[in-house]
Amino acid sequence: MDVLKKVPVREQEAQVRAKNFEEVCLGYNEQEAVEESERCLNCKNAQCVKGCPVSIDIPGFISEIKNQDFEKAYEILSESSALPAVCGRVCPQESQCEGKCIRGFKGEPVSIGKLERFTADWAREKGIVPKSDRAKNGRKVAVIGSGPAGLTCAGDLARMGYDVTIFEALHEPGGVLIYGIPEFRLPKQEVVAKEVENVKALGVKIETNVVIGKATTIDELMDEEGFEAVFIGSGAGLPRFMGIPGEQANGVFSANEFLTRNNLMKAFREEYDTPIMKGKKVAVVGGGNVAMDAARTALRLGAEVHIVYRRSEAELPARVEEVHHAKEEGIIFNLLTNPREILVDENGWVKGMTCIKMELGEPDESGRRSPVEIKDSEFEIELDTVIMSLGTSPNPLISSTTEGLEINRRKCIVAEEENGATSKPGVFAGGDAVTGAATVILAMGAGKAAAKGIHEYLSNKQ
Amino acid sequence: MYPIVKKEKLADKIFLMDVKAPRVAKTCEPGQFVIVKMDEEGERIPLTICDYDREEGTITIVFQTVGASTERMQYMNVGDAFQDFVGPLGCASELVDMDTEELKKKKIVFIAGGVGTAPVYPQVKWLHEHGVDCDVIMGSRTKDLLFFVEKMEKVATNLYVTTDDGSYGFHGMGTNQLQALVDEGRVYNHCVAIGPMIMMKFVCLLTRELGIPTIVSMNPIMVDGTGMCGACRLTVGDEVKFACVDGPEFDGHLVDFDQAMKRQQLYKTDEGRAMLKLQEGDTHHGGCGHCGGDK
Repeated sequence: MDVLKKVPVREQEAQVRAKNFEEVCLGYNEQEAVEESERCLNCKNAQCVKGCPVSIDIPGFISEIKNQDFEKAYEILSESSALPAVCGRVCPQESQCEGKCIRGFKGEPVSIGKLERFTADWAREKGIVPKSDRAKNGRKVAVIGSGPAGLTCAGDLARMGYDVTIFEALHEPGGVLIYGIPEFRLPKQEVVAKEVENVKALGVKIETNVVIGKATTIDELMDEEGFEAVFIGSGAGLPRFMGIPGEQANGVFSANEFLTRNNLMKAFREEYDTPIMKGKKVAVVGGGNVAMDAARTALRLGAEVHIVYRRSEAELPARVEEVHHAKEEGIIFNLLTNPREILVDENGWVKGMTCIKMELGEPDESGRRSPVEIKDSEFEIELDTVIMSLGTSPNPLISSTTEGLEINRRKCIVAEEENGATSKPGVFAGGDAVTGAATVILAMGAGKAAAKGIHEYLSNKQ
Repeated sequence: MYPIVKKEKLADKIFLMDVKAPRVAKTCEPGQFVIVKMDEEGERIPLTICDYDREEGTITIVFQTVGASTERMQYMNVGDAFQDFVGPLGCASELVDMDTEELKKKKIVFIAGGVGTAPVYPQVKWLHEHGVDCDVIMGSRTKDLLFFVEKMEKVATNLYVTTDDGSYGFHGMGTNQLQALVDEGRVYNHCVAIGPMIMMKFVCLLTRELGIPTIVSMNPIMVDGTGMCGACRLTVGDEVKFACVDGPEFDGHLVDFDQAMKRQQLYKTDEGRAMLKLQEGDTHHGGCGHCGGDK
């Protein structure tokens, strides 16, 4: 065994998985996990923990894997994370825990994500659920949205003894874990539904099909339904479009719509009624994780797929693993390319796209080198589908119906980073509703901070 | 689960159901809509609220069998339940927010086409309950497809029924009836048109000529209905609007109907188009995406 290298993880063959929706990564088995855990140096001043938005005791749980006490490892994990099987799969570990791993200075870091996934999967297969022994205090807290922020906040509050109800607008709990991230990256029944069950096992109630801001408001929840505090984890909102000609043509979708049809509504399965357009030649505009998810979904539905991104590979915001997987599966990357116009046929359907080549200029305020058009470099590509994956802008449903809730210039809810407190007493917020589109783990971190914030607020109020 | 407490067949392929959904019934207003999903495999289907009973906690919906899920929904009966029923969604009709005294000064006409009669009803009823007069023109292709005539008669100041084939009431379309009323000297300064997009388009062409401000209720393709997927985007004036959060009601004179109608064809399969053509027979005038009738 080469101690400088990660124990390789088994994956479905690229050619095979490009045609199915089964999970790509197969994860470690017990033997592989133990072998990988032995690479951990068990640092006293563990840097990895500092890189984790929810501060999991990483050396702690890995030591238990070394000892082959997987149940104990799971216990340690679930003290900090309500969704370990999810995080082990979708966190950008390379820029968080693994990015800080001392092992990584010389060779590859410890495969923390895969070990986390192994531990959570092991516990699930053995039917082990997280424990909550704290007595209930009977105080009611409402959580809006059952995505990563909401589930984490609710789970933590329930552990502290609060009576928590989550209100979810869609028909299934999980938020982006259900409608956004595809099955082949995050199995829905097997993983997401089970982790939601685990949160419920802590005593959290989940009411689906309730749109806060419409069916009822935050003020009503607090004044009439007896909730003493509210956490808003309603996620990001409406998809952004480029504002170029042809964007309203048939065959242009937001990544949100395309993924929701496929993931939440299961359009890829024959027996479900919801339709999805199965393109022959698809361009996905954007370079984030959502763009990779949309591209790989379109590929599995049978299309030739191009990623069109205006910067270069180094600037792709997606996780390295997703880009790597996408390439393996045959996604074509048209980098340093920007759409100019979507070409439309006489019946209103997409027939192609005019793009222009870009080059990288001076760094902008984000520190990334901003792309500049190369003169006279326009070219056309033939397409029948364009999927816009350009991020989202906040949903106004809650901010416009809650008295005294401050929003910023970008229409995101203003909340303190360390405790989630908003401008309205008793109301806390976190996740994409506050930051704009970000990652699952950052939303979980915000949910966790807000749970602490709510606990402090209610303890002082008493 | 959301049980069905009443079911009625209103006309061929048009059904009414009262569904128990207390949270929705508590706060909904005329003009808003719900999304229903009958079972695990079902689509999320947006339906404009057609009536509500706050005490009973029920919502009345009316639907026409047009796609895979509505085709299956027609076989649901009293005692069955929808797996999911979410709402109220969208904004209430602007009439509801207007000052009643202001409203009384307005000369309002509603034009309802086909299943559009269902969402027109709660608005007319609301106005009636608030002592506001309004005329209603309701039309369908043929007599057998008419419904709610008696109900509407009770709440409308004047009711005009039209059929395309002359089998009942005025022979012609809603637009012909409106023109006839205006020709007789009737004055209107506010119009609400709800029905198939092609009908709303023609109403708007006429009312623009007549100088009558017109509100339409758009029913584009939707998935989540809460402002997440962006499927329901429309061009209104120079802006892109989302029917689920910005609408469903818009200034009809600003809506790009041709684009909206094209977008509506997106998921119609060849089979679906064939079915539409078969059902509508000689009266078919667009909506299939092929015959060009909507252009």
